[in-house]
Amino acid sequence: MTDVALPPIELHEAPPAGPPIEIPDFEIVPRAGLVFAAVAAVALIAAIASNKLWPLEFLHVSGGAAWTIIDLFLGLVLGPIMGAMPVPARIQFTTRLMPKMVVIMPIVVTLTLAAGWQLSTKLGTNLTVHPLHGWVVASMIIVGVMSVIALGLLEPANIAVLIELKKPRPNPEVIEHLMKRFVYSAGVLGVMQIATLVIMTKLGSG
Amino acid sequence: MSERKYPPVTGIAMTSLALIVAGGIYLSAHLPQHVPIGPAVVLLVLSAALMAYNIYSLTRVKDFPWERFFAVAKWSFLAYLVIAGLIEYAFLHNHLSGAPLVVLTLSLLIFAVHVPTLLGFTVARYYDPSQEVAGAPAG
Repeated sequence: MTDVALPPIELHEAPPAGPPIEIPDFEIVPRAGLVFAAVAAVALIAAIASNKLWPLEFLHVSGGAAWTIIDLFLGLVLGPIMGAMPVPARIQFTTRLMPKMVVIMPIVVTLTLAAGWQLSTKLGTNLTVHPLHGWVVASMIIVGVMSVIALGLLEPANIAVLIELKKPRPNPEVIEHLMKRFVYSAGVLGVMQIATLVIMTKLGSG
Repeated sequence: MSERKYPPVTGIAMTSLALIVAGGIYLSAHLPQHVPIGPAVVLLVLSAALMAYNIYSLTRVKDFPWERFFAVAKWSFLAYLVIAGLIEYAFLHNHLSGAPLVVLTLSLLIFAVHVPTLLGFTVARYYDPSQEVAGAPAG
C-alpha cells in the first residue's frame, strides 16, 4: 500500500530570508472521498455475499491494478519529477495529492485482498492440492511484506506530514525527515509490485 | 526537529505486524485443510506481547502528548476496524470456524489496534506546542 513517494525537501533550496511559503488550506481526510470509499466497501460486501465470478474478478482485478499502478507510478515516476520541483510547488502538489491517497489506498488494498481471497476460494487456487497453490502463497508473502512496510512506514509518515503542514509554523526538518521515508519505502514497494505483476499474470494465464 | 528520545515504537510495531502477517499466511496457506495451530498461536502471542510492550513503553514517556496521540489514533482505529471487519467478513462467509477463526480474528484485532497506535505515535512525537502559535519559531 504505497502512499506517495515524495522526495526530501532540501533546506538549502529555500531562500534564507523571504516571504513564508504559502500552504493552501486542505482536509487531511477529504470527507467527500469517504462516500466513495463507503460505496466501494458496500460493493465488496455484495460481491462476497453473491460469490459470483464476475463481481469478484472485477473488484480484485480493478483494485489490484489500481494498487500496482499507483505504487509504480508514484514511487518510480512521479517521485523523481517532484524532486525537481521548487519547494513551494512541491508543497502545493503534496497538499492536493496526499489527502486523496489517505482515502484511496486503504480501500483499494482492502478491495483487492478481500475480493482476492474470496476469488481464490471460489476458484480453488488457495487449496493445497491446486497446481498453482505455490504461486498464491508467494503472492501472500509479497503482499504481507508490502503491508508491513506500508503500514509501518508509509502510512504514518503520510498522516504526520499532512498534520505537520496543517500547523501554523510547520517544521521543515520534520517534513524532510518524513518525506525521506516515502522515497526509500516507495522504491522498495515499487520493485515488489513488479513481482506481484509476475505472479498475478502467471495465475491469470494458468 | 524534536531531539526527545522515544522507545523504538515503530520497529516494535512493524515486528508485531510481521508476526501476525506470518501467522495469517501460515494458516491461509493450509486452509481449508486441517492445519496445526501451534505455530500460528505462538506468532500471535508474540505479536500481542510486543503490542502490549509498545503501549506500556509509551505510557512511561514523560509528558507524552496523549491528546495529539488520541486525536489521530481514535479515527484511524475506526477506519482500521472497518477494514478488519471486511476481511473478517470474507473469512466468515467461507465458513471458517474453530481455532483458525479465533487466531485470525485476534490477529485482525491486533492489526486494528497496533496500526492506529503507530499512526498516533508518529504524529505525537513531532508535536511541538510552540508551532501552534503563528509567528513562533519552529523546531
